[in-house]
Amino acid sequence: MSTETVEINVGDVGARGAEAINQNESQKMALNVGPSHPTTHGVLRLMMDLDGDVITRCEPVLGYLHRGDEKIAENMTYNQFVPYTDRLDYLSPLANNVAYAIAVERIAGIELPERCEAIRVLVCELARISSHLLGMGVFGMDAGAWTPFMYTFTEREKLYTLFEELTGARFTTSYTRIGGVARDVPEGWLERVTHFCDNLPKAIDELEKLLTRNRIFIDRTEGIGEVSKEDALAYGFTGPNLRASGIDLDLRKDKPYSGYEKYDFDVPIGTRGDCYDRYLVRIEEVRQSLRIVKQVIDNFPSGLWYAEDARKIFAPPKEKIMSSMEELIQNFMIVTEGPQIPAGEVYFEAENPKGALGFYVISKGGGVPYRLKIRAPSFCNLSILEKMAPGHMLSDITVILGSLDFVMGECDR
Amino acid sequence: MIDNDFTENLLGQFDTVSKRHHEDCLTLDCKESAISKLLLHLRDEETFDLMVDLTAIDHGESAEVRFSVVIHLYSRIHRDYIRIHSPCADNDSPSFPSVESIYPAANWHEREAYDMFGIEFTDHPNLKRILMWDGYPYYPLRKDFPLAGIETPLPADDVADVTEASVDPAPMMGGPFVASTNGAMSDSEPRAKDESWTEELEKPQ
Repeated sequence: MSTETVEINVGDVGARGAEAINQNESQKMALNVGPSHPTTHGVLRLMMDLDGDVITRCEPVLGYLHRGDEKIAENMTYNQFVPYTDRLDYLSPLANNVAYAIAVERIAGIELPERCEAIRVLVCELARISSHLLGMGVFGMDAGAWTPFMYTFTEREKLYTLFEELTGARFTTSYTRIGGVARDVPEGWLERVTHFCDNLPKAIDELEKLLTRNRIFIDRTEGIGEVSKEDALAYGFTGPNLRASGIDLDLRKDKPYSGYEKYDFDVPIGTRGDCYDRYLVRIEEVRQSLRIVKQVIDNFPSGLWYAEDARKIFAPPKEKIMSSMEELIQNFMIVTEGPQIPAGEVYFEAENPKGALGFYVISKGGGVPYRLKIRAPSFCNLSILEKMAPGHMLSDITVILGSLDFVMGECDR
Repeated sequence: MIDNDFTENLLGQFDTVSKRHHEDCLTLDCKESAISKLLLHLRDEETFDLMVDLTAIDHGESAEVRFSVVIHLYSRIHRDYIRIHSPCADNDSPSFPSVESIYPAANWHEREAYDMFGIEFTDHPNLKRILMWDGYPYYPLRKDFPLAGIETPLPADDVADVTEASVDPAPMMGGPFVASTNGAMSDSEPRAKDESWTEELEKPQ
């Protein structure tokens, strides 16, 4: 019996995905999902072949959000690029800002005061919490549970209010500068963070009550999208996805930066590497992040929030620019020519919510990088899809995509 | 951390590999022909089993070797990175042996390097553009490609036939990258319209 090839389009202009139809295999159906589809969390397009309900081929198509960030970086000064890092993983802009700033500081050889490092650790962990809250919420939604999303979104909203107070923006924070942060923490802000952190475990418990032991949720996620240790490493997984496969690689522990070695926290790892494990790892990471935040606030150092010895790099305080000639000139030079960074090359990776975000900076001296490569964790985490998806049911693809927790802004750059 | 013994030992085994000045992690120069052997050794004998990044650099049209490929590996045992620089043969149509069979993670990274720099990775199973669309005629991260882009036909012929549209270069004037070199500087500054008064143009009341 031969079945005719049927063409189904999900999404908007996805019609052209049907080109992929293989006329010889008339038993199979070509299905195009995306680029604009709720499942794909952004603009990812999947070209799939289905045999009944089972996926036999899955080819991700990227690039719909490509903005040429690396080209742009070669044409602007180091500090000017900070707002572009917001738009990589736009669910944790603060962590991106910090990773980029540290990469450039490594080349420039800038030592930061303790207070600045503590602020950075604090905002990184808050960014991790906000990213995971969203990640777990939409993951629940992908698996058919709407309510958890509302719970996590409420908490994330509170975090964004805190971010706004600190940086002046809810989403696109642009908080770090080369050699420091844009401004000190506002009066009373730490108390409000503490208040938030005291209440968050309650919300996480509620989320867990809704999902963790939920029969339907477990049935939909357990054993789905399993990634073995070997595959996870070979395909360059990082972050919670890698740890869910049972590999204890956490750059905050293994290659501590910004003073992470001072804080006491555990790294959760999974056993099976399936969607359920990836969810559990994220839940636990939120709790561990709360631990770090508490420790930072309890021992919050006094002092400066920018590196004072980086005089040629960090713009002087505004009051001084207005009243002193020396500072005015310095500010003028930094604004017009950019901070002068010595020649060299540095690769720095930070443990971001989505995985290891790397910046490979090549400087030939001067205020503009010669080449800036962004190693995006979402890009690497997605490349396994071609191997992982075949054999699963079509309905599993939503759960798999949700559990990988990627962001296309970062993937396409 | 990687110590001197490790480096000496490695350099002793490979005469095609040399050390170069480095600040953050061990940086090696490797001949293109020896890259597979070196990577296999590092993966199987020295626990560098995670390829975190593969990218390329354009050293400029006048450079002796125009393109080189840079690979970053990470070892969970050494808790350190290794960086490998490797020059690409032929400046006009650069090529490089694919390492996808050693590190599957390299698949997409190589596609990206091909897309952005035009480096042909020989024996790559699926070498096609990944960020730009199929059939895009340029390599955007090459140094001779302008920041604003180059006018290009629309990837969808049917749409282009009806709309006669094309992919245009980005408008750059007054933006963060360039200021006009013609006329007064204040004319080209990015300002809201009602504020753009100059010596000739009086401030509106």
